Amino acid sequence: MSELRFRVEPRLIASRRLTIAVTIGSALLALPIIAVVFLAYGVDPLLAFEKILYGAFGNPYSISETVTKSIPLMLCALGLSLAFETVFYNIGAEGQLLMGAIFGTWVALKFPGWPAYLLLPTMFVSGLVGGALWGTVPTLLRVGFETNEVITTLMMNYIATRVLEYLVYGPWKGEETWGFPYTSRFSASATLPTLGSTRIHYPTLLVALAAAVLMYVLLSRTKLGFEIRIVGKNPEAAKYLGISIWKVVFFVVMVSAGLAGIAGVGEVAGIQHRLRVGISPGYGYTAIIVAWLGRLHPISTVLVAVLFGGLLVGGEMIQISLGLPFGTIQIFNGIFLLAILSGDFLLRYRVVLSEEVKGGEMRR
Amino acid sequence: MLVVEMKGITKRFPPLTLAIDGVNFSADRGEIHCLLGENGAGKTTLMNILYGIYSADEGEILFDGRHISIRSPRDAIDLGIGMVHQHFLQVQQNTVAENVALGLRCENSFFPLREVRRLISEVSTRYGLGVDPDARIWQLSAGEQQRVEIVKALCRETRVLILDEPTSILTPLEVEALFRALRQMVSEGRTIIFITHKLDEVMALSNRVSVLRKGRLMGTLKTSSTTKGELARMMVGKEVLFHLEKQEGVPGEVVLEVEALTARDDRGLEALRGVSFKVREREVLGIAGIAGNGQKELVEVLTGLRESSSGTARLMGEDITNKPARSIAEKGVAHIPEERVRRGLVPEMSVADNLILRSYGSPPYSGGFFLDKDAITRNAEALITKYGIMTPSPTSPGKLLSGGNIQKLILARELSGDPRLVIAVHPTYGLDVGATEQIRGLILGQRSRGAAVLLVSEDLDEVLALSDRIAVIFEGQLVGIVDSARAEDYKIGLMMAGEAVGE
Repeated sequence: MSELRFRVEPRLIASRRLTIAVTIGSALLALPIIAVVFLAYGVDPLLAFEKILYGAFGNPYSISETVTKSIPLMLCALGLSLAFETVFYNIGAEGQLLMGAIFGTWVALKFPGWPAYLLLPTMFVSGLVGGALWGTVPTLLRVGFETNEVITTLMMNYIATRVLEYLVYGPWKGEETWGFPYTSRFSASATLPTLGSTRIHYPTLLVALAAAVLMYVLLSRTKLGFEIRIVGKNPEAAKYLGISIWKVVFFVVMVSAGLAGIAGVGEVAGIQHRLRVGISPGYGYTAIIVAWLGRLHPISTVLVAVLFGGLLVGGEMIQISLGLPFGTIQIFNGIFLLAILSGDFLLRYRVVLSEEVKGGEMRR
Repeated sequence: MLVVEMKGITKRFPPLTLAIDGVNFSADRGEIHCLLGENGAGKTTLMNILYGIYSADEGEILFDGRHISIRSPRDAIDLGIGMVHQHFLQVQQNTVAENVALGLRCENSFFPLREVRRLISEVSTRYGLGVDPDARIWQLSAGEQQRVEIVKALCRETRVLILDEPTSILTPLEVEALFRALRQMVSEGRTIIFITHKLDEVMALSNRVSVLRKGRLMGTLKTSSTTKGELARMMVGKEVLFHLEKQEGVPGEVVLEVEALTARDDRGLEALRGVSFKVREREVLGIAGIAGNGQKELVEVLTGLRESSSGTARLMGEDITNKPARSIAEKGVAHIPEERVRRGLVPEMSVADNLILRSYGSPPYSGGFFLDKDAITRNAEALITKYGIMTPSPTSPGKLLSGGNIQKLILARELSGDPRLVIAVHPTYGLDVGATEQIRGLILGQRSRGAAVLLVSEDLDEVLALSDRIAVIFEGQLVGIVDSARAEDYKIGLMMAGEAVGE
């Protein structure tokens, strides 16, 4: 007696081509599920997709907006991909971004008279330090008490939000803001230049692109990157080799959180020109999906960040034109992430149809 | 009357070699049948096949004389086969009764716990197991948790009960109680299959004993007509497979000197209890012993992976006790680790990268910050040729290599700095004949070169073939150190089993 059965076997190696195919395939498979959400709102899914696409990439203005929104996503996601690569699940990019914004703002408000070439770099460095400090707390907790960093980094986000609220409602509240929870407007030298009439604050974009290249070089060509890869891929081997795992993880979290902090400076100095509540529509969270969809590779992460920048812009478009709530786009992101993570199954296992010979009857 | 019959069972775990090789095994109604063998001999694997956790690649299983196919533990349980593993799967927060109720076929769908509680009390009293159905699992000692597992199996009307090294977690008193309960179970017609590597237990408990060695059945004997000595010999083997050319060498200076070294295991128990020995240049010191007698802790202390609680280790006179792993490696200690894939390799990284895991930080592979890709590739190509590592290319990930080639890669890396001391742990475990021969040749090559070699192995053949002197370790202490030329294998086998042997 024999029968055909599906069997799942571990897959030793997933080729780059397969990885790309599965990633894109999973993302495409998410679309019909998202379509159901639109149908539930009584909106034609095809029309909605078209509007999103047009809203994101349909004309020069929308493209410039897409690029603008992709800047913080890029910075956060690059940092996260490095942390995830080292198996430190930093969910705290959002809080680290806010802390970066706060630290950058402090410099901007304290030294408004400095010339731009001095003030802006100082703001960026200060933001990097702020983000990194915010990342230090969960790292120390994990080193010292083996606390799960998923929980602690997430909790730190809420604290950062409240700290920001306290500052803009309280001590940092501007004088000419008619009671709104804003700081005063930054001086001209604390404001980032933009590309033509767009909102693309290109210095931050350049920092992000440079970070991507540097990270690629770091991982593939340097001693430190070699250690990061060992710690990430096999911590047991790292111990056996005598590599200090915590030194490596600490460095990685500092870079990861620091890049999110820089993103925060970009938002206040490039877009808002002041610190206020709601400077980030969840960039730090969306960046988690971006990093994962980019397969934790710096270069593909940059591309995916632009795609998700587009999704944010297109999402705003359908809010306006189709009257859908803002949450729709978050549902999108969630469904995308689920699809990608499920697709990973096919990278780790292969499903084969095989014939199985049965020995005999079963006694029941 | 045979209850269980396993015929020609073969199981492969690629890329390692055969785990079980054409084994015939049977158990009678009302007998206690011991399955004896060293760690890695395949005892647990064979029983996991009977219990449906693995499926055999070849062979057939008969139960009550009928051909059956066991695809999962569910099938096994339905047949009346129960197994108590070394590690229990229990819900810590729940009560004993709730744990037993899981997976139990029960008449009452509603409020079944009352019935389960009654059943547990009944079984527990009958066999003197003393299990309280209302205790929560986390409150119980390891021994009590084991009795819960036994009760669980008995509540399922188990006819064949498999126990995997049950005494390893028990106190001597608990062992006595367990043996009494088992004897009563067989007097009622149940069958017990008892996995162990302890000769005393075999002699005290079993009706018959089957000895496994490297996945092969060495024989099935009546316990009453055999001796510990015979079993020890079957268990560790005595055939000399290899004729290695071992050059005569005069040992030189002392390279490693260990004095009264003690260390605790992961559970905080004293696992290494005052071990002292010396290893010289051009000398192989073999540490023979059954796994879990302190070898792991000894090696980890010597390589800087575990803190010792007292005692010293000196390398060329320099104190290396509790020094960091990297600094010990840099002083010229090569470590061929026991768990070669888990520790010795980064499976996702390329063969070339894996070959410089020790030396990536220094020239020619790196000058300060950047890595020199060309130097890394050249090194890989040279070592692949020199050691005959079979790999599609230097850039292929390490995980694509077979077990033997992974081991060659590790040796190539560890030996490339011409170490003073080579610590090799189970260096040929699970490898095929060809790779085994090559690895052993490489180790002897280090000896000829002038290195000191500390060889830790459970394989007595290997220890005898390679060592100049053999130290036998048992329960964290050296039972004795003997000259391998005058060593008798069965005596060492007995010493490994904790028997004091008079000279």
